[in-house]
Amino acid sequence: MLKDQDRIFTNLYGLNNWSLKSALIRGDWDGTANLISKGQDWIINELKDSGLRGRGGAGFPTGLKWSFMPKEEKNDRPHYLIVNADESEPGTCKDRDIMRHDPHKLIEGCLLAGFSMRAHIGYIYIRGEFYEESQRLQIAIDEAYDAGLIGKNACGSGWDFDLYLHRGAGAYICGEETGLIESLEGKPGRPRLKPPFPAGAGLYGCPSTVNNVETIAVTPTILRRGAGWFSSLGRPKNSGTKLFCISGHVNEPCNVEEEMGIPLKELIDKHAGGVRGGWDNLLAVIPGGSSVPVIPKSICDEVLMDFDSLIEVKSGLGTAAVIVMDKSTDIIEAIARLSHFYMHESCGQCTPCREGTGWVYRLMQRLIIGDANINEIDKLEDVVGQIEGHTICALGDAAAWPVQGLIRHFRPELEQRIRKRANDTI
Amino acid sequence: MIETKEKFEFSSKNQIKADQYISRYPAGKQQSAVMPLLYLAQNQNGGWLNQAVLEYIADYLSMSAIKVYEVATFYTMYNLKPVGKHHIQLCRTTPCWLRGANSIAEAICEKLSIKHGETTPDGKFTLTEVECLGACVNAPVVQINNDFYEDLDKKSMKKILELLQENSTPSSGSQKQRHTSAPQSGPKTLITLGEK
Repeated sequence: MLKDQDRIFTNLYGLNNWSLKSALIRGDWDGTANLISKGQDWIINELKDSGLRGRGGAGFPTGLKWSFMPKEEKNDRPHYLIVNADESEPGTCKDRDIMRHDPHKLIEGCLLAGFSMRAHIGYIYIRGEFYEESQRLQIAIDEAYDAGLIGKNACGSGWDFDLYLHRGAGAYICGEETGLIESLEGKPGRPRLKPPFPAGAGLYGCPSTVNNVETIAVTPTILRRGAGWFSSLGRPKNSGTKLFCISGHVNEPCNVEEEMGIPLKELIDKHAGGVRGGWDNLLAVIPGGSSVPVIPKSICDEVLMDFDSLIEVKSGLGTAAVIVMDKSTDIIEAIARLSHFYMHESCGQCTPCREGTGWVYRLMQRLIIGDANINEIDKLEDVVGQIEGHTICALGDAAAWPVQGLIRHFRPELEQRIRKRANDTI
Repeated sequence: MIETKEKFEFSSKNQIKADQYISRYPAGKQQSAVMPLLYLAQNQNGGWLNQAVLEYIADYLSMSAIKVYEVATFYTMYNLKPVGKHHIQLCRTTPCWLRGANSIAEAICEKLSIKHGETTPDGKFTLTEVECLGACVNAPVVQINNDFYEDLDKKSMKKILELLQENSTPSSGSQKQRHTSAPQSGPKTLITLGEK
């Protein structure tokens, strides 16, 4: 198990106070000006060396992403840092804990990230439902301003940095980076075609970088403790620690920070009190939020929780939201509910996604009761394949993957239900 | 979009707030403030937005009305018809469903005799089924106005509704006396740090 001394989010559960005074005791804002004085290149190199990969789901190397920003800020094209706090991936509730229990880690990270990408302005886009969290984060931002930690000459570093909060209003699609930018501009959150990428033309057409809350919040600690410390944890190319959210059929659902590459079984047994009814009562796990394919128990027995290990078994780490399902679960309905989610959240601009997600949901509803022909399973696989990769953003892919995972691992269950209904109705 | 004869304008207090929101965005980019201004207007207008409100916001931000309608209809948290004093949003997505969201829907229906999309005749409660609220390790979850109620079962859900019916304030968060997102039996990590 990861040692407490190697945990970054030392107030994850809010056992201690979240305010600036307590954050300072925990070591936040310690020597921030000194880190800034080492310059942009040093910070970005340190992050590259640490091996940090984005914590929002895609796992893109963070240092590399920051290096895409232009090296000079032109007067008429300011740079923007945007923090994606639109946490809405089913199963995921880690950024919520950062914002309500450790907000100063995020705010300090914003200053360091903003400086590194030569941005004087940052926006945190927080999902609308997180009202309490937004109130608290605003107080923490005000505390940081009052203490001179952000604003003019932030921390006495010579860098000016303003940070604003923007509340969303209940649209999953705004977690997609260009959908988020559209929303910040006061429009419906419909994703943009890429290229241009945000680092070239993002918010208001200016260079912008969008990062997940957890990614930004871990950077101050990495810079203080060094790239070597972070990369010594986890496995090569999958380094560091990670917040896991363990939900569903476990004895004690919880959030926990663990080392990347921890075996799934150990994660569930040590931290979440084990699967309800014991490990042998496990049916399947969705290991990285609703968008990644489900894996059956046989894979769960051995798999490690990191980006590359989960890709090897045709799933993904995603947001590291582990949704556990025991043998009492109707796996078809579990996935059908996700199909409903994607149908509801499709922004509607691409036909394959707008029409396809509804079509998939309706067929999934029939498959729950077995009201289908066996060959419709192939049809379903064909249709989700036509959604995947044929839309502007990844929501189409995310709608396809859970269904593909279901067919890959639970096809006999789908067929059996169809046969049973056919027999019953004869 | 519901048309009304009543005119709408921000209270002087909300006007100050609205101008503060606008100042968060660069000059000329006041359209960015449409979302916070819609929230302000919705609160002032008893929890929902009608056509007069949307047109007022359009004028306030020098936007065309259609652009404000587009935003108001795209995002689910803007209510385009009246909602009850207590707007119950029940999470229906898989993590909550696995932990018994259906039984929470039953509890609400048994107590208030309303289903998804309905409002009680006294206008006190509206029930909306929503997608993932982002508190999955504390499932099942409902949000009532701004507050999350977590780790629910039928009994605790009914108790919360009873308290609201009596105009008292139930305490939000975990209904199983659990500390936020830590395991029910207490944290297994972060216990050796000894910070006070």
